[in-house]
Amino acid sequence: MTTYADSPHGAERPSARTTHADSPHGAERPSARTTIATHGPLGPGRAATGVRAVIGAARDAPLVPVAILGGLMLVAILADLIAPHDPTLPVKGANVFDPPFWMEGGRTTTLLGTDFQGRDVLSRLIHGTRVSLIVGLMGTLVAGGIGTAMGILSGYVGRWVDQVIMRVTDAWLALPALVFAIFLATMVGPSMWNIVFVLGAVYWTRYARVIRGEVLTLREREFVKLAEIAGASKLRVIKRHILPNVMNTATVLASLTIGVVIIAEASLSFLGVGVPPPQPAWGLMLAEARPTLMAGQWWLTVFPGLCILLIVLATQLFGDWLRVRLDPQLRNL
Amino acid sequence: MWQFIVRRLLYSIVTLLILSATIFVIVRLTGDPVSLLAEAGARPEDLERIHRQWGLDRSWPVQYVSFLQNIVTGELGKSFNYRLPVSELYFQRLPNSLTLGLVATLISILVGVPAGIISAVKVNTWWDTLAKGVALLGLSIPGFWLGLVLILVFSVWLRWLPTSGAGDWRHVVMPSLALGWYFAASMLRLTRSSMLEVLGSEYIKLARLKGLPDVVVIAMHAFKNALIPVFTLAGVNMVVMVNAAVIIEVIFAWPGIGRLLYEGIFNRDFPLVQGVVVMAGFMIVGINLIVDILYAFIDPRIRLTR
Repeated sequence: MTTYADSPHGAERPSARTTHADSPHGAERPSARTTIATHGPLGPGRAATGVRAVIGAARDAPLVPVAILGGLMLVAILADLIAPHDPTLPVKGANVFDPPFWMEGGRTTTLLGTDFQGRDVLSRLIHGTRVSLIVGLMGTLVAGGIGTAMGILSGYVGRWVDQVIMRVTDAWLALPALVFAIFLATMVGPSMWNIVFVLGAVYWTRYARVIRGEVLTLREREFVKLAEIAGASKLRVIKRHILPNVMNTATVLASLTIGVVIIAEASLSFLGVGVPPPQPAWGLMLAEARPTLMAGQWWLTVFPGLCILLIVLATQLFGDWLRVRLDPQLRNL
Repeated sequence: MWQFIVRRLLYSIVTLLILSATIFVIVRLTGDPVSLLAEAGARPEDLERIHRQWGLDRSWPVQYVSFLQNIVTGELGKSFNYRLPVSELYFQRLPNSLTLGLVATLISILVGVPAGIISAVKVNTWWDTLAKGVALLGLSIPGFWLGLVLILVFSVWLRWLPTSGAGDWRHVVMPSLALGWYFAASMLRLTRSSMLEVLGSEYIKLARLKGLPDVVVIAMHAFKNALIPVFTLAGVNMVVMVNAAVIIEVIFAWPGIGRLLYEGIFNRDFPLVQGVVVMAGFMIVGINLIVDILYAFIDPRIRLTR
């Protein structure tokens, strides 16, 4: 549901953004003119790389969101090992709608209760983590990949390429993201990988706009001009000079998109056009809990939602931190 | 000014053309619509007849032109399931969606704007932290799950509000809360950043130097300018909410256009789905055009730049 960047603000903003004087890559070394064409702005004096960069980043990473995300990733990877029961089959000896263990009638074999088929809620939640994370990460990757490529093409090549890409972007942004996603998902049919591509197709436009704005200012910068004069091909300029300089923005956008994509996946699954049953996805669990909501089986509704909340909250916090760290000018995006 | 309006108008038309072409192509790329329209086991000659009846035997460009013609004349095709014109169904449901959108917008303004102002005026105090926390939760709690939890609390446990359907005001409370929740958070964020920007500007500093009391500075000088973008967003949000409330309308069985879209999907009712999606695009392109033109009136610089 977090999808309403369709507004006229934000979308138009990139053009108003000033140049990137404080961008960590490139830009800052115009004096190294002899090396520009050959090594690019990423030549020698580049900030800490490799292991040192990783350690440096790890040292001041925000503890809470990283711990939550790391934990959830472990849960997703080790789902088969930690889940006490098969998520798709009823638990032997348990009834349908067993409440969580601390309530009357609950049992310790099914800690968070069972659903309408007698399946273990905890095991389904654990396996659902996998679906959410895969769709969230892959969907963001697809959207970010298409969007970054389109944004660079549009901004750097310009002319009619720019016109075509931007008009398509405008048109696709005019549809509310969820409505567009539902429409596409209906057409391609329910499956987890289809959803990845549907969400990628829906969300790339946001990247394209922002990245294009960034490239428009980069294109006028000295180091790009010099590289062109030195005879670097367009492809080389894009690869060595443009791409590294938009990566920060793309990363920040990605970190903020993951949560949006995860909620969108849950929404699609809830409506029955996302991940098909009996696969354990959080949105699907919420849909299955709905018919019996009135009977007061709250655990079937509360727990999957809390999981979504937790994962989205963690990605938002992480994204906010990343935004401040990587790109001070995106603060008001 | 006229030049600007004409240019914007042309852009909008191009946008709508691409939008309708996208929808047109996607519907046709994903298989023969007839196989979805016809019942299983239909004879080939029946399929042929349906093809002709829907004009699907013609080439794509020809089909696209007649598709456009229909849109321009307000004819969105005939619903396969209801056997009624899509436009009739649509306008029957629209008032309900407008009601929901309006109430949700009011909620988002009433929550977001005051909280945003307090957060900006008392920046970096615990008020600010609290407001930022609320904004974060607003973006992280899925609206549809909030709706389910509201039902659980207010209908199942407390028995204060009806779970679903439309009728008196009590039916509107929960869906509009669930819908407005996310938007309240985005209003809060925008109000805060807009207020902070204005409060840091020269004319506010001057007003303070003149010795005006804080209340006057904030209420008379800062407030007015800071809220222009905020209320624009509210307007745009309302249009989005009217069109994008699919899940909320499904959960609360609210008879709006979101639910119409959902029914269309489940009945494989293509003309209906296509019609609702096209209408959503038109409305949003329309509101964006209006906002652009209004802004050009307010701020002459905009007319020159784009």
